[in-house]
Amino acid sequence: MIWDEEFETLPREALEALQLKRLVSTLERVYATVPFYKKRFDECGLKPADVKSLKDLKRFPFTTKLDLRDNYPYGMFTVPLEQVVRIHASSGTTGKQTVVGYTRRDINTWAELMARSLAAGGVQKNDIIHNSYGYGLFTGGLGVHYGAEKLGASVIPMSGGNSKRQIIIMQDFGSTVLTCTPSYALFLAEVAEEMGVDFKNLKLRVGIFGAEPWSERMRDEIERKLNIQAIDIYGLSEIIGPGVGIECIEAKRGLHVFEDHFIAEIIDPHTGEVLPYGERGELVFTTITKEALPLVRYRTRDISVLYPQPCKCGRTVVRMERVSGRSDDMLIIRGVNVFPSQIESVLMNIKGVEPHYLLFVDRKGNLDTLDVHVEVNEKVFSDEVKDLQALGRKIEKEIKDLLGVTAGVKLVEPKTIQRSEGKAQRVIDKRNI
Amino acid sequence: MKVEQISVFLENKPGALAEVTRILGEAGVNIRALSLADTKDFGILRLIVNDNEKAREVLGRKGLTVRKTEVVAVEVPDRPGGLAEILKVLSEAGINVEYLYAFVQQSGENAIIIFRFDEIDRAIAALSEKKVRILEGKKVYGL
Repeated sequence: MIWDEEFETLPREALEALQLKRLVSTLERVYATVPFYKKRFDECGLKPADVKSLKDLKRFPFTTKLDLRDNYPYGMFTVPLEQVVRIHASSGTTGKQTVVGYTRRDINTWAELMARSLAAGGVQKNDIIHNSYGYGLFTGGLGVHYGAEKLGASVIPMSGGNSKRQIIIMQDFGSTVLTCTPSYALFLAEVAEEMGVDFKNLKLRVGIFGAEPWSERMRDEIERKLNIQAIDIYGLSEIIGPGVGIECIEAKRGLHVFEDHFIAEIIDPHTGEVLPYGERGELVFTTITKEALPLVRYRTRDISVLYPQPCKCGRTVVRMERVSGRSDDMLIIRGVNVFPSQIESVLMNIKGVEPHYLLFVDRKGNLDTLDVHVEVNEKVFSDEVKDLQALGRKIEKEIKDLLGVTAGVKLVEPKTIQRSEGKAQRVIDKRNI
Repeated sequence: MKVEQISVFLENKPGALAEVTRILGEAGVNIRALSLADTKDFGILRLIVNDNEKAREVLGRKGLTVRKTEVVAVEVPDRPGGLAEILKVLSEAGINVEYLYAFVQQSGENAIIIFRFDEIDRAIAALSEKKVRILEGKKVYGL
């Protein structure tokens, strides 16, 4: 089902004319109200009025996570805080979160985009949506929630955790749609099996999965074990949250990007050059309808390809391939973004600990695990076991408090973690996604 | 009155302990007493040796984390109740024992037990007051 038939099937010329109009309006808005953008554009000798065609967009500088951090928390908002009705945040590269804001209209836009996404995934008004994305600062939970209500479906705000109860509620409440991370879906399948519950006896029909990368192989496994259709959804809080791209249930090949709200580019991550359709590179988005926090040419660090071929679902917007990797060192652990540099800053803040560490990421029983190996040195070494155990627990607690992710800390002998010239290898990711 | 103990951090993997004893053996260092505290991931090896400087040097050179701690070597009557009496003296004085382990050699008719206290000076005072015999470090290394 297409939620917004007019805008999801616009002929290309009309779509591109609309994009250009909205782009210029957005550039004018940020130039006039965001000191960061005014300075940047002036430095490049650019004015919003210089944009006469979509091709002129590539002349504008990129925006990165670092820029958001340098303007933490609200420095890039275009409106006073009174007009911001929602604030969300996601991980930053160090201690500070990446903060995003929404006006009332932005919340409505987001809900519309999520309604489009759910509809594209085969969700209807009479569905019961079991929403196990995390509710809170993370945009997943509330993103799906508002989209579900906009669509008119019945949403159960489960959030994550309490997995046995989730299965019982799926049975008793008759959930027909599941929304959560793909690894959590597989975890729920295990829990159900332990409880002797067969998904064939549940009313679940379709699942909308995202917030972490997942493969076709994983899709097959989810579809088989949960007896549903599994659909990929894409988004990032800086752009709006989930709802930037969605697979259609008709084709399940590539995610439709809502181009009337976001202009998508693929660039070479090293040179910044814009690449043509069909070539793999880093996804860059420009928001053209957001009010509180529009971003121009935001580098997502996600690697993908854009395909312009028309889709059998009838949508005319471009499709992006499932994200195949990152152009930076960010990890996604149980749906949470984690930068190795964040772990480093935790270690550096603990007296005596030197930041010689190694992150072991694995997936045990469908849930991601993070183990941090930290070298002991003479400053922290005590002759008593309880002191070293307390140190391990302290590091675990700091990581949990700062990053929201549970890590197991293992103290190791000094000089056992490889040193290297230049960038040290900090992460060993054993997951085979 | 105080004895210097060496503690070594060891990861819980095969060969870790063998490596330490090999290094000390090759350097001609003699272990007088030892104890190994273990957890799932690591162990702390506590040693009384006959040459502390040498031991710390050769272990340190191999990249091991070594630390020096002050402990007390107490003579304990080698009969039932011998240790209980000593511990009674300590608990009445409100002194906490962090850990202890026995020495291989005897001192005459008595056993020797190595104690680690949280308040070493108070512990030594309390024991001395009750005429409990404490051995000098120098004597202990050479036993």
